Amino acid sequence: MKPIMLRTPPRAAPVAAAVCGLVALMALLAPWIAPHDPFAVDPLNAYAPFSGTHPLGTDDLGRDLLSRLVYGARTSLAGPLVVVIAAGTLGTGLAVSAAWFGGWFDNLVSRALDVLFAFPGLVLAITVAALFGTGFVTPVVALSLAFVPVIARVMRAAAMRERNLPYIEALRVQGFSSLHICLRHLLPNLAPLLMVQAAIGFGYAMIDLASISFLGLGLQPPAADWGLMIANGQPSILAGFPQQSLIAAVAVVITVVAFTAVAERLAVRFGGDVR
Amino acid sequence: MILFLGRKLAGLVATVAVASLVIFGALYLAPGDPAALLAGGHQPNPAALAEIRARYHLDDPFLLQYWHWLSGLLTGDPGDSMVLKEPVTSLIAARLPTTGLLVAYASLLILILGVASGIFAGVAGKAVDGVLTVTTTVLMAAPAFVAAILLIWVFATKLSWFPVYGSGTGFLDRIHHLTLPALALSGGYLAYVSRITRTEVRAELTSDHVAAARVRGLPRRHVLRRHVLRNAAPPILAVSGVTVAALFAGTAVAEQAFGVSGLGSLLVQSAARQDMVVVQAIALLLVAIFVLVNTLVDVLNAVLDPRLLRERS
Repeated sequence: MKPIMLRTPPRAAPVAAAVCGLVALMALLAPWIAPHDPFAVDPLNAYAPFSGTHPLGTDDLGRDLLSRLVYGARTSLAGPLVVVIAAGTLGTGLAVSAAWFGGWFDNLVSRALDVLFAFPGLVLAITVAALFGTGFVTPVVALSLAFVPVIARVMRAAAMRERNLPYIEALRVQGFSSLHICLRHLLPNLAPLLMVQAAIGFGYAMIDLASISFLGLGLQPPAADWGLMIANGQPSILAGFPQQSLIAAVAVVITVVAFTAVAERLAVRFGGDVR
Repeated sequence: MILFLGRKLAGLVATVAVASLVIFGALYLAPGDPAALLAGGHQPNPAALAEIRARYHLDDPFLLQYWHWLSGLLTGDPGDSMVLKEPVTSLIAARLPTTGLLVAYASLLILILGVASGIFAGVAGKAVDGVLTVTTTVLMAAPAFVAAILLIWVFATKLSWFPVYGSGTGFLDRIHHLTLPALALSGGYLAYVSRITRTEVRAELTSDHVAAARVRGLPRRHVLRRHVLRNAAPPILAVSGVTVAALFAGTAVAEQAFGVSGLGSLLVQSAARQDMVVVQAIALLLVAIFVLVNTLVDVLNAVLDPRLLRERS
C-alpha cells in the first residue's frame, strides 16, 4: 500500500473536515443537486465546453459532467465506507478475541493475519473479480478482506495493552463475564483508535476501489463512478478533451486528501498508526 | 544467523503455501462449476467440459486436485490458457521481461531520485526543504492512475517527448516507452522514500555523535558521508525494499493505463475474460515475488544491523 503522509497542520483540519462533509452531502443530495440526468445521452452536444447549462461541460456521449461527478460521489464514497465498516468490525472482533483468549488462538489468528498481509490488496481484488465477476459488491468484499489484517494488527496490539491494565482485573475480580468486560469496557476504550484506523483506511480504500474501477473490473458503464470516469475519459484525452478524466481525478485526490488530513489530526489526538 | 535465515525461509515457504491454497481454493468458493470457470466463463459443450475435468483432475478429491495444480506449477507446467489456447508459461515468459524492466526502472527512479532529494531536503535550508515537502505531499496524494492520466494528458497533447502507448521493441525503445509508466508507478513511493530519507538525515544531523565529529573539525563532506548517511542508511534501505516489493502489485494500473503488455496487464485482461488458469498462476507469482522481496529486505537489514538478529531470537 502506498503510504500518504500529509503532516496536516492543525488549522487545516476544519477545512478538511468541511470538504469531507461537502462531498458526503453531495452524495446524499445528488438527485436534488445534479442539474441534469447523469445518464442522458446527447451526441450532438458531445465535448461541450464549460457553460451555463453544463458548468463542467459534457463527455464523449454528451452527458453532463457535473451531474455525473455528483452522482459518482455516491458509489465512490459508499464503497470505501462499507470496506472500513466491514474490515473494522471483523478486524476488531478478531483482534479483541485474540488478545483476550491469548495462547494458541492468538497464535493462529496472528499467523493467519500475517498470510493475509502478504496479499497485495489489488492482486486479491483482481483475482476475486475474475471469479465472482465485476460490479460494485465483488471489489468491496475483496478489499474488506484485504483490509482486515491492516486494522487487526493495530487493534490487537492496543487490546493487548488494555487487557493488562488494572481495571480489567478489577472487573474480573468482581465476577463480570468476559463478554461483558469486552463489550462494555474494553471496546469503548478502543473505539477512538478504531475510528482513527477507519478514517485512515477510508482514503486507501477509496484509491484501491477507484483503481479497480479504472482497470474495468469494478462498476461497468454507464455507471457514474469516479474511477470509471477517469478510465472512460482516457481515449478523449488523446482527442484533446481531458475534462472527464481530469475532473474525476481531481475529485478523487481532493476527497482522499481531505479524509487523510482528518485522519492525521484524529491520530495526533487519539494515537494510532498513520500508515 | 543460520537460525535467522532458516526461520525466514520457513516463514516464506509457509506464507506462499497458504497463499497458493487460498488462490486455488477460491475457485471452489465461486458460484458455478469449476470446469465451466476454467473454460473461461461461458458455457462450452459437454465434451469440452469432460476434457477439462480430465485435464485438471476435477473429479479427484480437493487436496489431490490442489496437489496436481501445485506440482504442475512447481515443474513449470501450470497448464494452458482456456481462452487464448496457449501455455501459461509462454504467456508469462513473453511478458515477464517487460514487467521486470518496468519495475527495475521504477526502483532506480525511487532509489536515486528519492534518496537524493531526501538527503538534499535534509541538509538544505528552509526554503528548499519547504518546496520539497510540498512536492512530496502532492506526489503521495496522487494515486498511480491519476499520475498516469496527467502524464498522458501532458505528453500526448502538449509535449511529445515520450510515447503514451505500447511497450516498444529493442532495449532503448523499450526504455523510451516505459519512461511514463515508470514515472506513474514510482511517483508516490519516490515521495515516500524521499520523506523518510529527509527525516532520518535530519535526526542524524542533530545527534550528539555528529556534533562531536564537527567539533573535532572533520570536513563537512566527510561527516555527511561517514557519520550521517551511514547511520541513516538501514531504515532508508528497509523502506525502499518494501516499496520495491509493492511495485510488482502496482504494475497492473501502470501497464493497463499505458497499454504496456506485461504481467500486470495480462492479469487484468485475464480477470476480465475470466481466464482462471492464467489469473491463478500470475496471482501466485506476484504474491511469491512480494513475499520473496520482503524476506530479502529483512535479511539485508539483519546483515547491515546485526542487532536485529539478537532482538528476535
